[in-house]
Amino acid sequence: MDKFEQIIGEHPLFTGMDEKYLHLIVGCCSNVVFKPGEFVAHEGDKADNFYLVRHGKVTVETFAPGRGAVTIDTVVEGEVMGWSWMVAPYEAHFDARALELTRAVKLDAACLRKKMEDDPAFGFEVMKRFVGLILRRLHYTRLQLLDWYGNDK
Amino acid sequence: MAQERAMAAQFGTLQREHLDDLIGTVRNLGFRIIAPTLHDDAICLEEIASSSDLPCGVHDKQTPGAYRLKKSRDKALFGYNVSPHSWKNFLHIPAEEIAVAEKGKNGLAMNAPVPVAPPTAFLGVRSCELAAMATQDTILMHGPYADANYIARRKATLVIAVNCGQAAENCFCVSMKTGPKVEAGYDLALTEVLSGDKHYFLVETGSDAGRRIAGKLPLKTATKEELAEAGAVWAKAASQVTKTVNTDGLPELLAAATENPHWDEVAARCLTCGACTMACPTCFCMTTEDSASLDGNRANRVRRLDSCFSIDFSYIHGGSIRQSVKSRYRQWLTHKLSSWVEQFGTFGCCGCGRCITWCPVGIDITAEAAAIRAKASR
Amino acid sequence: MTSSPNPALTDPRILQELAVAASIPQGEAAAPSMSPLPFRVHTSRQETHDTFTLELSPASGAEKYPFKAGQFNMLYIYGVGEVPISISGDPVFPAMLIHTTRAVGAVTKAMKKLKKGDVVGVRGPFGTAWPVERALGNDVVLVAGGIGLAPLRPALYSILANREEYGSVAVLYGTRTKEDILFRRELEQWRSRLDLEVHATVDRATGSWRGNVGVVTTLIPKAPFDPHNTIAMVCGPEIMMRFTVIELMKRGLEESDIYVSMERNMKCGVGLCGHCQLGPTFICKNGPVYTYKEIKDLFRKREI
Repeated sequence: MDKFEQIIGEHPLFTGMDEKYLHLIVGCCSNVVFKPGEFVAHEGDKADNFYLVRHGKVTVETFAPGRGAVTIDTVVEGEVMGWSWMVAPYEAHFDARALELTRAVKLDAACLRKKMEDDPAFGFEVMKRFVGLILRRLHYTRLQLLDWYGNDK
Repeated sequence: MAQERAMAAQFGTLQREHLDDLIGTVRNLGFRIIAPTLHDDAICLEEIASSSDLPCGVHDKQTPGAYRLKKSRDKALFGYNVSPHSWKNFLHIPAEEIAVAEKGKNGLAMNAPVPVAPPTAFLGVRSCELAAMATQDTILMHGPYADANYIARRKATLVIAVNCGQAAENCFCVSMKTGPKVEAGYDLALTEVLSGDKHYFLVETGSDAGRRIAGKLPLKTATKEELAEAGAVWAKAASQVTKTVNTDGLPELLAAATENPHWDEVAARCLTCGACTMACPTCFCMTTEDSASLDGNRANRVRRLDSCFSIDFSYIHGGSIRQSVKSRYRQWLTHKLSSWVEQFGTFGCCGCGRCITWCPVGIDITAEAAAIRAKASR
Repeated sequence: MTSSPNPALTDPRILQELAVAASIPQGEAAAPSMSPLPFRVHTSRQETHDTFTLELSPASGAEKYPFKAGQFNMLYIYGVGEVPISISGDPVFPAMLIHTTRAVGAVTKAMKKLKKGDVVGVRGPFGTAWPVERALGNDVVLVAGGIGLAPLRPALYSILANREEYGSVAVLYGTRTKEDILFRRELEQWRSRLDLEVHATVDRATGSWRGNVGVVTTLIPKAPFDPHNTIAMVCGPEIMMRFTVIELMKRGLEESDIYVSMERNMKCGVGLCGHCQLGPTFICKNGPVYTYKEIKDLFRKREI
């Protein structure tokens, strides 16, 4: 339990969070390891968990007929994988697969969602932080769309 | 240096009937003479042989987008203002070959052709035009790299300036501090005085060459009265100048004015035809064109004057940087009245008004600069 | 009208006495700059589908061609035209003149077809350099996008030649796809060095890419450098540089410690043709390398 206190407390996503809130989060934590090539989630799966990657690399991908698996994002050490757990219907939008040996802290989304409903102030703190994260990812995605190396006219 | 020149300057008077002595002396020294002439209903700078080639009794009316000449019965030889083309046509000439590559037995040899620079005298250069020549000198002769062809031509140029006796409606030399009286950069300066039966030129020397030429002319020392009469000539020109540019803090103002609403207003009128850049005596932008002979044995590069108004002036792969009319007009005006100061230490505009005269839709740089200032956010 | 005077008859003394004589530069005229020097193609190598590298040596037999990292030459193809291309070789061992470029226009497409022994005209080197000296004693981060790695490579060579004089050195490189990655083998060699961090990312990946996916700016938040003692050198498409600067400043870098390489149309390369103006600055002589601080107002303006 101690170890998770430290990991969560030091994670950029949760910096500055109240001790008692950190404790609530820690209560939903467990360790997990994915072998290279192992699926972390499948498109359409119930989003019951999200992950703080501690080591390794996870691809976010989708399978396109004729093109094969197309990677749209990679999640590495220090980053967060998964936010579909926040909004109904709580379903994963894409496949996620460990590219190499990946160790992560798994957070039980159902557990966390219940605690957030029970304590709205806590829920708001968590939401705030996730909105910031999603904004950053949206920004990077938009830059990807710009295709700034793009074909010349 | 300036003081020495001032002390050495002579003021002599030359009667009208002796003007050809001046012309003849200059020709005998080996110079061809380019001067204003009357051609195709316009004042054109062309080679002359005598004073009878000068436009006698011709006056011009220049308003935004319009140029008209009028012939009257007076005998004034310089009774008009700036010609459609400027002396730039003879210095930073419109096109020339600057490099040649030839395939020989030793492979490719690349050379610059020797500049062609026949000694040339300019007769009738106005004060604003002297300022324009000075700024082109700064750019083309005094930078870390210089234009060898321009230097060769400039080194062979004798300048006989003329003080204006009248201002055209489009002139704004006074607020640009470039006229109407010539101050520097000339070998000789003439002021034409017509008063009653009198018709003479006050002659002022500005260099050793000018003194040498003046020494060969039947000059009489100028009397106080004659000096006053000459002073009245350029004073009259100054008093007739109506257009102005407020140059206070103008470079900074324009640099900060990229999103000024007035640009859209001008853009609705500007055709990006580039006539202003062609007529302008300070515009120096150029382009290079490479081509090869049909048999492939000789290739050359030609330097040609260019205009920032053309859409591919700013082309890089992916597209031109300045595509809209607004951006191109803004580039031209901002360069003239702002960037130029940071780049070369003076304004790029000499106040000659050619751009106003020759713009097909009569865009007036003085009015646009004032409008931008008026609409600049506080 | 009588014929023109014969210029051969002009008294040379009078030419020295002209008013303009006082303002003509004395002594050696400024460097003749519009005639290319002939160089021969030593090798031509395809890097990616549209990018190639030329190695040139002076036809005169001169042993080297000194230049500073970040500078460019005007390269001339006989009868076709001339374009500005950054030098992408090693300034410390400049025996070969190396240029890497995309084939996107008439001149570069003609350049791509050159073979060993063909002649290319070279004028230069022109322009300002990457701050390799200023960066001594600091951490360095090089951020390259697409073809932008080519003008940065000379800076990296300089730094590696003097490696112990710098702190941590990182190369962050982004391209559209893995097929667009330049200098792949060299990148792998650099990555295997213990004293260099190399991170690459692609905007879009196929199944076989096992590296990062995302824009190059995603590599900045965790890149290993101390923002209080870092010099950053950024090169790539202008939009990429704009967003890269934002991320670098979020990490705490000062505007005067971030360097970018700008690009505009060029015809002469020597400050006389007016084409390369970016506001009041001439990219050929005041650039192409600038601190972000010098040009930040211009960077954000449209169509300037």
